[in-house]
Amino acid sequence: MSTTIDDEVTPETRPKPTKRQRRAANIADAASGGVKMLLLKLLLLGIVDAIAVYGVVILASAGQWLVAAIVAVVTVIVNWIYFSRRKLPAKYLAPGVIFLVIFQVFVLVYTGYIAFTNYGTGHNGSKEQAVSSLMASSLERVEDSPTYPVTVVDQGGTLGLLVTDPDGEASVGTNEQPLDEVDAEMEGGKAVAIDGWNTLSFADVIARTDEITELAVPFSDDPNDGALRTPDGSSAYLYLSNLEYDEAAGTMTNLDTGTVYSDLGTGAFTSDQGEELLPGWQIVVGFDNFVRAVTDERLAGPLIYVTLWTFAFALISVASTFFLGLFLAIVFNDMRMRGRKYYRVLMILPYAIPSFLSALVWAGMMNESFGFINQVLLGGASVPWLTDPVLAKVSVLIVNLWLGFPYMFLVCTGALQSIPDELQEAATVDGAKPWAVFRLIKLPLLLVSVAPLLIASFAFNFNNFNVIYMLTDGGPRDSNAPIPVGFTDILISMVYKVAFTGQTRDYGLASAYSIIIFIIVAVISVIAFRRTKSLEELN
Amino acid sequence: MRVNTKSLLAAGAVAVIATLGLASCSAGDSGSEGEASSSGTLTVWVDAERVDALQAAADAYSEEKGVKVELVGKDNADIKDDFIQQVPTGKGPDITMGAHDWLGELSTNGVVAPIELGDSATDYLPVAIDASTYEGTVYMLPYAVENIAVLRNADLVPEAAASFDDMIAKGQAAGLAQPFVVEQGAEGNPYHLYPFQTAFGAPVFGSNDQGYDPTDLQLGNAGGEQFATWLGSQGKNGTGVFNTDVDGDIAKQSFLDGTAAFWLTGPWNVGAATDAGINVAIDTVPSPTAEAASPFAGVKGFFISSESKNKVAANDFLVNYLGTEDVQLELFEAGNVLPALSAAAETASEDPIVAGFAAVGAEAVPMPAIPAMGAVWQYWGIAEADIINGADPVATWQKLTADVQAAISK
Repeated sequence: MSTTIDDEVTPETRPKPTKRQRRAANIADAASGGVKMLLLKLLLLGIVDAIAVYGVVILASAGQWLVAAIVAVVTVIVNWIYFSRRKLPAKYLAPGVIFLVIFQVFVLVYTGYIAFTNYGTGHNGSKEQAVSSLMASSLERVEDSPTYPVTVVDQGGTLGLLVTDPDGEASVGTNEQPLDEVDAEMEGGKAVAIDGWNTLSFADVIARTDEITELAVPFSDDPNDGALRTPDGSSAYLYLSNLEYDEAAGTMTNLDTGTVYSDLGTGAFTSDQGEELLPGWQIVVGFDNFVRAVTDERLAGPLIYVTLWTFAFALISVASTFFLGLFLAIVFNDMRMRGRKYYRVLMILPYAIPSFLSALVWAGMMNESFGFINQVLLGGASVPWLTDPVLAKVSVLIVNLWLGFPYMFLVCTGALQSIPDELQEAATVDGAKPWAVFRLIKLPLLLVSVAPLLIASFAFNFNNFNVIYMLTDGGPRDSNAPIPVGFTDILISMVYKVAFTGQTRDYGLASAYSIIIFIIVAVISVIAFRRTKSLEELN
Repeated sequence: MRVNTKSLLAAGAVAVIATLGLASCSAGDSGSEGEASSSGTLTVWVDAERVDALQAAADAYSEEKGVKVELVGKDNADIKDDFIQQVPTGKGPDITMGAHDWLGELSTNGVVAPIELGDSATDYLPVAIDASTYEGTVYMLPYAVENIAVLRNADLVPEAAASFDDMIAKGQAAGLAQPFVVEQGAEGNPYHLYPFQTAFGAPVFGSNDQGYDPTDLQLGNAGGEQFATWLGSQGKNGTGVFNTDVDGDIAKQSFLDGTAAFWLTGPWNVGAATDAGINVAIDTVPSPTAEAASPFAGVKGFFISSESKNKVAANDFLVNYLGTEDVQLELFEAGNVLPALSAAAETASEDPIVAGFAAVGAEAVPMPAIPAMGAVWQYWGIAEADIINGADPVATWQKLTADVQAAISK
């Protein structure tokens, strides 16, 4: 690669560069490379900018001003960073930071926000949407009323319905003007045109859908006779609404029973008796979800054993995978073994298969009646691998061991190879036995680098939803529990069942639970990390 | 220098991807919003397996009315949740295909708009209209009605059984140890046992003029306890007719092997049986009591989004176009499920198998769509499985009722 420096990028253009600055500038210049590199850089940034401009235009046209502004600002910053010669650290950090913000920070902040709302079944959208949905479903067709063939007509921008009643009489009306009999041009028993009004073609009707959905022509001067509405532009039906929305007072009144439902700040119109009209809308509910999460009586019993099992599952998984991985790492690290590379590749295979897939394969192999293990390996035995409360737990641990040891194997192999051989030689010269060498020298040194990973692995397994969900789905079910919880459920899978039972989706509650679980894991991790510092002091 | 060049390249590439990510997240959102708002285009979410069946109808409609119909094939399992989440943001489709038991959830979330069938309501099978109605309002244009029935191996047992006991007797007379199979599993399968439960007069919910009434849980009435007792007597410690080790595959295999002559299942399994060369006859579910054993009917149909900007075109497309015999028959051919439109159902019933399911369907009741039904499913199967495996029937049934009641009123 050439290291040509362009004229305009020579150090002279800058005021009195120090030696260090000059060196840094040289590195930056070298990094920006030659003409080819400059072209490539321009091309890449050009693509980025083009996409960003496209995105901003689309976002702006959709009225998403905030997101559009964010995209614009980020693009400007990215350009500034990569065209500047001094922002070397930023050049490396920027992409990572952008990813971090999109995939981590945003998700975390959003989860935190949802935990303080009532988002879930029945509280899905905005208040306006709830009102319009309630009003739409409150329309009741007047009993025994006929179907009225209609033609949509227009007079100076005001839409009207040209209605043919069952006797073949034509009449016209608008939102304000009740039906009034007129002489109209008939075609096949249906009034199709009238003097002074334009008849809308089907394409016109489609284009003015919004106005037509709002169009309700009063049948007569008496509002109790109902109003004609047309859902499809060619036939109209007579409707009466049984709900009335008073926008000023913010209340819904049921016209049949006279019950008044008002907005009490609970995210739904509520009557004095506490009866709610659903759909409601999304509101911020403060700490309600957290209070519900910890005071739910149905959880009291199962929560204890689920928590215990979650800790047991996470700890045993970490310990078993670590020790198996370490053992294999030591074995395959032995110089005397031939073909180590091939064995190592074999060892890593379970890690290379997606855990979703392998959990499902294991679930099939462990099936009591047809599974490979019972049928082939055990010669037709019927061991209830996944349906016995105790055995199911063992099975989950076995599968998680299989899924997890290659990672530990990789990590330990790396760590072992970084321990200088001289240490071992020196210890051997001093007369230490192999076990003592391992326990007193290698393991402590190993733990310095591996301990943080063990903590991370604990945190991962604490929330290892995939394995539980795919392998047993928490089962076998505990039929004595008041919630559909099973014997292998860990906290996160129990939360899933509590927040998403049946048709009810309670995203607010689920987010609150995940924040609580996050706090538990964070506290344990912080304590554990403090402890590992003492390991480092050994070094 | 090499290293630096490479890392610049890498950084550049990462930056591109990052910005792409940002832009595509946002652009993706707004892109699909365009779909809903642009007039003259109907976006329809369709079960991926039925896109082809609907394509001809969509094209024909586009040609006739000048409204572009864009079919989006979706995985059937994702449609409901995606629809509920996307409609309030204004980014959902105008129309989606779905099943009637979603209705409670869709309506509670305010994401569906009522559909006025007008006079054509009488053209549909009554069970289809009942199923499409929620709290007195029609929200779905039905296109298919699905229910379970008994598949009989007519070579082994030439006559239909008059009652449940008669069925077992006839099968045993034909020399079969386990003449009747029904799909169960470790967690039970209440959907397939429901016909027997109704025969004892224990529906899940009572109904009023608005449809099923969630405040009127009938599951635990006297009939329910009788059913539980009967179920226990046919379980592990009784005759052994019901067995939780029998799952869908085992049931199918027994019927295909001829070791079972009766198989309580749905139209989706008929193909496998006829392909295996079995002379299949479709019977009503033999009742253990004097009452009819009514299975659940599942009705499939189309919903209109409450936030659709094209409601007029959407209504026109559904009511005046998909509600015609030709289109319903086309959809029937794609899925082999009885059409919901009476005229189309009659044409389809020329096939004796379809006619058999249609006859059973005449006794079927729509599966409740009210959200409270979700609570029932949670506990129902596990309780029945316990009873089959020898738990005290009445006590287990009472606990089931109590759990369901607690979950509904929580």
